[in-house]
Amino acid sequence: MKPTNIFDPNYFHKVVDCQWACPAHTPVPEYIRLIAQERYTEAYMLNWDSNVFPGVLGRTCDRPCEPACRRVRTEENPVAICRLKRVAADNKGDIAAYLPKVPAQKNGRKIALIGGGPASLAVARDLLPLGYEIDLFDKDPAGGGMMRSQIPAFRLPEEVLDEEVNLILDMGVNAHFNHEVTSMKEMLDKNYDAYFVGTGAPKGRDLELPGRAEVGPHIHIGIEWLASVAFGHIDSIEGKVIVMGGGNTAMDCCRTALRLGAESVSVVVRSAFDVMKASDWEKEDAMNEGIPIINNHPPKAYVHENGKLKGVLFDKVEAIKGDDGRYTYEPTGEEVFMECDHVLMAIGQDNHCPWIERDVGIEFDKWDCPVLDEETLQSDNPKVFFGGDSAFGPENIIWASAHAHKAAISIHLFCQGKDLKADRPPEGVNLLSTKMGVHEWAYDSNHDPSARHLVPHADPAKALSDVKLEVELGFDRALGAKEAQRCLNCDVQTVFSEKLCIECDACVDICPMDCISFTENAEEDVLRNLLTAPASNKEQDLYVSEDLKTGRVMVKDEDVCLHCGLCAERCPTNAWDMQRSVVHVPQLGSYSAG
Amino acid sequence: MTFVTKPRVHHPRLPVNEIGLTRRDYEGSVSTLCAGCGHDSVSAAIVQACANLSIPPHQFAKLSGIGCSSKTPSYFLNKSHGFNSVHGRMPSVATGANLANRELYCIGVSGDGDSASIGLGQFAHIVRRRINMLYVVDNNGTYGLTKGQFSATNDKGSTSKRGVPNLYDPIDLVSMALQLGASFVARSFSGDKKQLVPLIQAGLKHKGMAFIDVISPCVAFNNHNGSTKSYEYVRGHTQPVVGADYIPESEEITADYAPGTTEDVKMPDGSMLRLHKIDDDYDPHDRVKALNYVQSRQAQGEVVTGLLYMEEDPMDCHDILRTVEKPLNALQDDVLCPGGDALAGINESYR
Ligand SMILES: Cc1cc2nc3c(=O)[nH]c(=O)nc-3n(C[C@H](O)[C@H](O)[C@H](O)COP(=O)(O)OP(=O)(O)OC[C@H]3O[C@@H](n4cnc5c(N)ncnc54)[C@H](O)[C@@H]3O)c2cc1C
Ligand SMILES: Cc1ncc(C[n+]2csc(CCOP(=O)(O)OP(=O)(O)O)c2C)c(N)n1
Ligand code: SF4
Ligand code: SF4
Ligand code: SF4
Ligand SMILES: [Mg+2]
Repeated sequence: MKPTNIFDPNYFHKVVDCQWACPAHTPVPEYIRLIAQERYTEAYMLNWDSNVFPGVLGRTCDRPCEPACRRVRTEENPVAICRLKRVAADNKGDIAAYLPKVPAQKNGRKIALIGGGPASLAVARDLLPLGYEIDLFDKDPAGGGMMRSQIPAFRLPEEVLDEEVNLILDMGVNAHFNHEVTSMKEMLDKNYDAYFVGTGAPKGRDLELPGRAEVGPHIHIGIEWLASVAFGHIDSIEGKVIVMGGGNTAMDCCRTALRLGAESVSVVVRSAFDVMKASDWEKEDAMNEGIPIINNHPPKAYVHENGKLKGVLFDKVEAIKGDDGRYTYEPTGEEVFMECDHVLMAIGQDNHCPWIERDVGIEFDKWDCPVLDEETLQSDNPKVFFGGDSAFGPENIIWASAHAHKAAISIHLFCQGKDLKADRPPEGVNLLSTKMGVHEWAYDSNHDPSARHLVPHADPAKALSDVKLEVELGFDRALGAKEAQRCLNCDVQTVFSEKLCIECDACVDICPMDCISFTENAEEDVLRNLLTAPASNKEQDLYVSEDLKTGRVMVKDEDVCLHCGLCAERCPTNAWDMQRSVVHVPQLGSYSAG
Repeated sequence: MTFVTKPRVHHPRLPVNEIGLTRRDYEGSVSTLCAGCGHDSVSAAIVQACANLSIPPHQFAKLSGIGCSSKTPSYFLNKSHGFNSVHGRMPSVATGANLANRELYCIGVSGDGDSASIGLGQFAHIVRRRINMLYVVDNNGTYGLTKGQFSATNDKGSTSKRGVPNLYDPIDLVSMALQLGASFVARSFSGDKKQLVPLIQAGLKHKGMAFIDVISPCVAFNNHNGSTKSYEYVRGHTQPVVGADYIPESEEITADYAPGTTEDVKMPDGSMLRLHKIDDDYDPHDRVKALNYVQSRQAQGEVVTGLLYMEEDPMDCHDILRTVEKPLNALQDDVLCPGGDALAGINESYR
């Protein structure tokens, strides 16, 4: 193998598994260290910088970082990265001094944001400090998009959402709420310098089954029903409720129905439990509240008497797991009838922009998603950019923030007449030694073997009787500090200098995880098997040195390194150093104190 | 010295041996030796070899004298017996331990100062008595612990860190061991675990005195230009003659080798030692030839390594003394001390 180029910004970025997996590339270990130092405000701002809604995300993020966390590979349970973000948000002090200054003198460019969800708000946040004038239009009465209309208050309290939405609106957004945009043509005629479409994926799917027409009023589209609850149009549901679908919307529907007085609630899913789209923790929360999840039951017909819904008839199928891990479903011939008074339909969402005329230069694909350049998020109409759920279909809040940063860069380049690709700011990496003394490092290198700490929950009886009472209480400072110790500081890198190495094996002998080998070089597939511990996880890179004096190379398997620094402590010549890698992800402005 | 404790967590796919333990279960405390000391690699090799052999840690006794090398038993086999004796006196204690309990695997770790200077007499006699043990010398050509004086194994003309040459001829412990009757004699290098680990395994399984001279550089006092025991010098001057693979009884013997170059030697417990001869003429079963070979190569400035000599059907001290099979420490008092009448009978037989 060729020697590794550690100055390639992606090399060490990939080693920071959580940051690499985070769509917005939040510098996770750095904010976790700030929490450990009780510097909550700085930890908050570091998050705010990259993901824009730390208080919201600390409660609701889909957390792609957690399954990626190195601790999953070293011991099974990831660091509670998401809940630590909430610790920063809950304990922060006054952030006013850290906020970007918005110039009174505008730069003369006007941008229209259509939709007021997280994607549009984040674009506004990135562009306002550069002097742009921002007009935002949303058909809802308040900003936040689905964070407000869909995510139930028992997961995301209104005050938390308001605080982070208002922070952006108060930076000087000209917000037009209760304003539905019905024609893109009309918008384009207003001649804004650029447009950002952040209208989400607003159409909930329905299911045509025999009897559907007759039982109309008893069937509710999940996201519409949740929105009605959020905006106070619905405050109760009576009788027995069946929720159909296996995603997070289904979980929010069933838990909301339970709180609004349903006599009983069940979730019925056509597929098997382990392929349900809902996150594990959402499923757990629902089940802990006593809601049964009934799998392998595809619906067949609505059963009614003179238009009064009696229940739903299901087929029962058997799920058979193939060698490839996929399920096939065999009919059992058995039919199951389940009584109910209401059905909440939570079987997915679609993109839907009937208000964008098809002759304004924006192409759509067969799923009704706009055709976009993935790097710039520009549509075929060069003035129009998309982001969030409206871009590639339903995702989540953290993806909306990530798209927003990209789109804001594109809009800024576009308004300056620059090339959206050639002139895009590049990624970069800085390496800073953390050595402070012979055995002293600027980070806490000691490995903490504790198991993941559990987040305390509100009293179940109280939680179930109040749709607005937050269920998770979050870590307090003490628990947060403990959980923070579990982070392995994966951004403090093992950096090797071949010129200093005397090949004494001290690092090989001390390494608790058998990461380091000195061996003859070979092609990657061969080399992976020549190591102290075979490197079978091919998703993780090998760090290969230049040739050493003996003609061998040093090979480090990044897979399960604890970043404990013992290799550097035992090296007699400082050929190993522990250096903090700071990855620069391009973004307009940077406000944080981190 | 390292202040961080070595995390207990280990590689998720770390091999487990026949008794369900990983290599990490054979470790000791974190070393307090200088970072980069060859002795730490020897300890790591001992850990690996013991784990490979699937021997429960409590069946080992580790014994040592004084010196950096003699400190190392603290850094392996935490859950075994151990005795750190006075300078140069490890052999007496090892003899006692082995006589009292012949079932223990005794590992003596000593230094070139500990064995070739103050303890030379003890070394000579334990070899001569063929105590069943593995005797390892971490040979760095210096008194590391007392800050770098020349030791008796330092080569003539080799210089100290300040450039002063050594005036005396060295003692070669390998040659002495051969002369004094060791039934297993090997030399290796701390920086070559591929060679060292199987030698330690074979030495532990050998019945009788197994001696391994391990060249183990002292990074603090003897790793400079002008030293003949530095990492760089040793790498450039070692010459392996007979390599050894240790093959446990449970493992099927599969590999085929060209005839003449390999030889399989059966170990007492049914396991196998496969010798690879690099030089066809070399006979690792001929004590006199081995001695000649080692010395003639030495005269040319070469350090031969590998399994240099092995007696095929060796006698150990217990065989010579014809002691009972059962370890003496397990015998009941009435057996050990049959009483006044028996003594009178013995005395009577001499009249
Ligand atoms: C039930 C449910 C629960 C969810 N839970 C989570 C969660 O826990 N964590 C998570 O990360 N994600 C969650 N999501 C997904 C997340 O809410 C969305 O991915 C995210 O809000 C998308 O942001 P956005 O800015 O692209 O669009 P949206 O948030 O959908 O905002 C679009 C906005 O545009 C407005 N709009 C649409 N059309 C027009 C128009 N023509 N004129 C004017 N305004 C218009 C809408 O009113 C809305 O306010 C959930 C989704 C649902 C349905
Ligand atoms: C009776 C006695 N004499 C002298 C000493 C001082 N002393 C301690 S260690 C040592 C030499 C150790 O050299 P070596 O055995 O080669 O060990 P190394 O430190 O090199 O591994 C000496 C002379 C002592 N501890 N006890
Ligand atoms: S251990 Fe810490 S830095 Fe490493 S992946 Fe997990 S959260 Fe990120
Ligand atoms: S920091 Fe060094 S010693 Fe620690 S696990 Fe990583 S490679 Fe091994
Ligand atoms: S002084 Fe020499 S022998 Fe002693 S620990 Fe240091 S390097 Fe090793
Ligand atoms: Mg010595």
